Amino acid sequence: MADTAQRPVELKPISKVVIRFAGDSGDGMQLTGDRFTSVSAVFGNDLSTLPDFPAEIRAPAGTLAGVSAFQVHISDHDILTPGDRPDVLVAMNPAALRAELHSLGGNGTVIVNVDTFDERNLKKAGYTENPLEDGSLAGYTVFEVPMTSITLEATKPLGVKPRDADRSKNFFALGLVSWMYTRPVEETISWIEERFAKNELVKESNLAAFRAGHAFGETAELFDFKYEVRPAALQPGTYTNITGNTALAWGLIAAGQLAGLPVFLGSYPITPASDILHELSKHKNFGVRTFQAEDEIAGIGSALGAAFGGHLGVTTTSGPGIALKGETMGLAVSLELPLVIVDIQRGGPSTGLPTKTEAADLLQAMYGRHGESPLPIVAAKSPAHCFEAAIEAARIAIEYRTPVILLSDGYLANSSEPWRLPDLAGLAPIDPRFATATNHTDPDGREVFWPYARDPETLGRDWALPGTPELMHRIGGIEKEDGSGNISYDPANHEHMVQVRAAKVAAVAKSFPPVEVEGDEDADLLVLGWGSTWGAIGAAVAAVRAEGHRVARLHLVHLNPFPSNLGEVLGRYRRILVPELNTGQLSRMVRAEFLVPAEVQSKVQGQPFTAAEIKTRIDDVLVEMEKDA
Amino acid sequence: MSDTIPVTSAKDWASDQEVRWCPGCGDYSILTAMRMLLPEIGARPENTVFVSGIGCAARFPYYINSYGMHSIHGRAPAIATGLAMARPDLDVWVVSGDGDALSIGGNHLIHALRRNVNMTILMFNNQIYGLTKGQYSPTSELGKVTKSTPFGSLDQPFNPLSVALGAEATFVARTHDMDRQHMMETFRRAYEHKGAAFVEIFQNCNVFNDGAFDLVIGKKETRAAMLIPLRHGEPIRFGADNEKGVVIDEQGRAMIVDVDEVGEDRLVVHDESRPDPTLAFTLCRLSTGPTMPTPIGVFRAVDRPEYGASVNRQLAAAQEEKGPGDLGALLTSGATWEVR
Repeated sequence: MADTAQRPVELKPISKVVIRFAGDSGDGMQLTGDRFTSVSAVFGNDLSTLPDFPAEIRAPAGTLAGVSAFQVHISDHDILTPGDRPDVLVAMNPAALRAELHSLGGNGTVIVNVDTFDERNLKKAGYTENPLEDGSLAGYTVFEVPMTSITLEATKPLGVKPRDADRSKNFFALGLVSWMYTRPVEETISWIEERFAKNELVKESNLAAFRAGHAFGETAELFDFKYEVRPAALQPGTYTNITGNTALAWGLIAAGQLAGLPVFLGSYPITPASDILHELSKHKNFGVRTFQAEDEIAGIGSALGAAFGGHLGVTTTSGPGIALKGETMGLAVSLELPLVIVDIQRGGPSTGLPTKTEAADLLQAMYGRHGESPLPIVAAKSPAHCFEAAIEAARIAIEYRTPVILLSDGYLANSSEPWRLPDLAGLAPIDPRFATATNHTDPDGREVFWPYARDPETLGRDWALPGTPELMHRIGGIEKEDGSGNISYDPANHEHMVQVRAAKVAAVAKSFPPVEVEGDEDADLLVLGWGSTWGAIGAAVAAVRAEGHRVARLHLVHLNPFPSNLGEVLGRYRRILVPELNTGQLSRMVRAEFLVPAEVQSKVQGQPFTAAEIKTRIDDVLVEMEKDA
Repeated sequence: MSDTIPVTSAKDWASDQEVRWCPGCGDYSILTAMRMLLPEIGARPENTVFVSGIGCAARFPYYINSYGMHSIHGRAPAIATGLAMARPDLDVWVVSGDGDALSIGGNHLIHALRRNVNMTILMFNNQIYGLTKGQYSPTSELGKVTKSTPFGSLDQPFNPLSVALGAEATFVARTHDMDRQHMMETFRRAYEHKGAAFVEIFQNCNVFNDGAFDLVIGKKETRAAMLIPLRHGEPIRFGADNEKGVVIDEQGRAMIVDVDEVGEDRLVVHDESRPDPTLAFTLCRLSTGPTMPTPIGVFRAVDRPEYGASVNRQLAAAQEEKGPGDLGALLTSGATWEVR
């Protein structure tokens, strides 16, 4: 290092920043984003993330199809979304710049790995001119950083081959951005040491790259500012940063403990649900059995078999798997056994957009089975909420002896947010109420067990486990007589059973608290949501209200049955706007159920709503309503 | 077993449900054999579960006074896999037919077999779809004329035992509905096997495929010439006077010979416990259908770790290493921070 006076770098406090890391699928951008997120979480910022990656494992290097991005929003106050527009784009190659520049705010900052801007890579990305030279980035603050060559230089003394050194350049980027935003470095260093403990050379190479990136910020004299985002004033408590899929897996484990039932997961790998299988398979010491089945049907079949044996049966999948599991769900409806079916929704139909989010399975969850086969539906609204939603789905399944569909989506699955850990002692136990004695006297005076004798309150049937003496019984998918469970083709009995199964699902609503509207309760417009739109709707409504307009909002967790007072609440509003990542499914359901003027705001681009998109629509509706008034 | 537990009789295993198979169906004799066997092997009704799919055979659980589930078409092995993994204390039986097990449920069957999940699978093979009233099945012979094949079936049939052996099954056997003793003995062996046991039962559908097995089992007096009993450790011989035998030729094929011509020393000595399935496979290919001398009995019975037990060993090892699951510790297993 030259022994000259350093140009001073000014430290600027800012309240929030949105950074988007983008590179080739093989560049490790998800890992980089994840590390930046973890450090920011432990530092105490509020945050929200949006991983955005292609379906291909390694699309041809340097192409637009191969660009993988990770967006993180950190702030010193409570935030709800990963940010509409990044302030900073880190582009590891020309393709990343080309694919992601459009998302950047007009005067954003671009940090590029200038070493990759050669003729070959520019051509692969579809550039005819070098955007760093042709003036097309005017208006942006651009930092051209030779990330590859400095990483190579920094790792050379370790004896790292150039090809291997290239793989460490994401840690250079992480080091540089960590410097720019004054992130503590110790945690990342110890994380690298632990994560790569098995490969000394890789560990040292990554450490060297990370330190080089950090030092580059300090010494390169490219930067006039570094920034600081102070910790957010969150509610007191212990926090951890969590993704939706991890929270959901932990919620299932918690539900098993609350009910005193071992968890059994039968699952077939599918994006974006597989991480739940991965997570649960780690926790065998909780008595969790995970079974990677031969197909989706065996996934749910094995879970149903385990449920018959008294386990908390769970199957996890995405939309295509739900379609395959339909017949077994119908069987579970008929058997009246507890079962949790988790649908991490993705873009469809068919293979659709496997790694991108969509919430278009609501009507499939409602109606995607033959015959009259209603089942309860619960939808998670944020990554951390997946924990609570999983417990709620299991509670309903066990107490009412019914399959329950739990809806999440690709966005919730992979995004993360700080989660204030719940007081575990405060979680309500779930009582499986297993039958232990006969429950019916035959006309000849014999004491027998009737598998379809019901609890008058829940209408849930008596559930006797194999192994219980004297309660042997047979259940099946053929229509059965209520009470005895014997096969019955009697017309009136079938109608009765259809009605009793529907009444049982409807009865679940009695266990819900009444819904409460947030915002301006007496406004004329209600924004109604479900699922992962919770954060974007919340931010949009807050922004509208901050401008002095009146708007109410309501977010549903229970989609079937609806909460008992929902019709009454919806009836109070002149207009109801339903932002949905589909073409109008909840809006259709509430119109059909309550005859209310619900209108959809649809988005099906594989991406979550931005708060701005929803705010614009609310503003438009408010203007229209003013004209009408 | 404690002497306070009463011994059951065949009557105890009959449920209160009226049996609704067609009169003369082969299923009746299988049901009788099962009801007689269960007391003999000391099974307990509360610890016994019959799981079935769809088809005539799949009604079986309703007629046994144990726990039972009549599920959906083809899925019984998948459901039974979950049950057997969750509850290793139970005796799990799967009752299936040729359509249920080999057509719509073929995938579940082969995977249950390769994993060696502790269940006893009885496949009633009548070479026809009975419940849907007479379409050809995956075991129907080529050229079979049925409602759905008025010009004859073009589908090469499965050899069910070849499928099971190809799927790495550890226990493979065949019996038939005309010999209660042989059924009971075969079911007993299958029940005692640790892991997945597969039993094919030649079963006559007297309505839609009557006499499909008549050439081999139709008449008591011709059975000796048409059934080749497999007995572990003994040379394979058959015939009214034990005059026929089985040899393996230079190409490794099983061939039927006159014992007098080749001498007893050349006969194959049956070995059901051979780790490699070649002998069992060769023997199950000896006949291409129930029209020629056909081996019955246990083809293969080998030891391999049972799936549910292996799963439970992993659970026990994890608990040994980490202690029982602590939810609070799980929630704080990642990086955490305090906000005051």
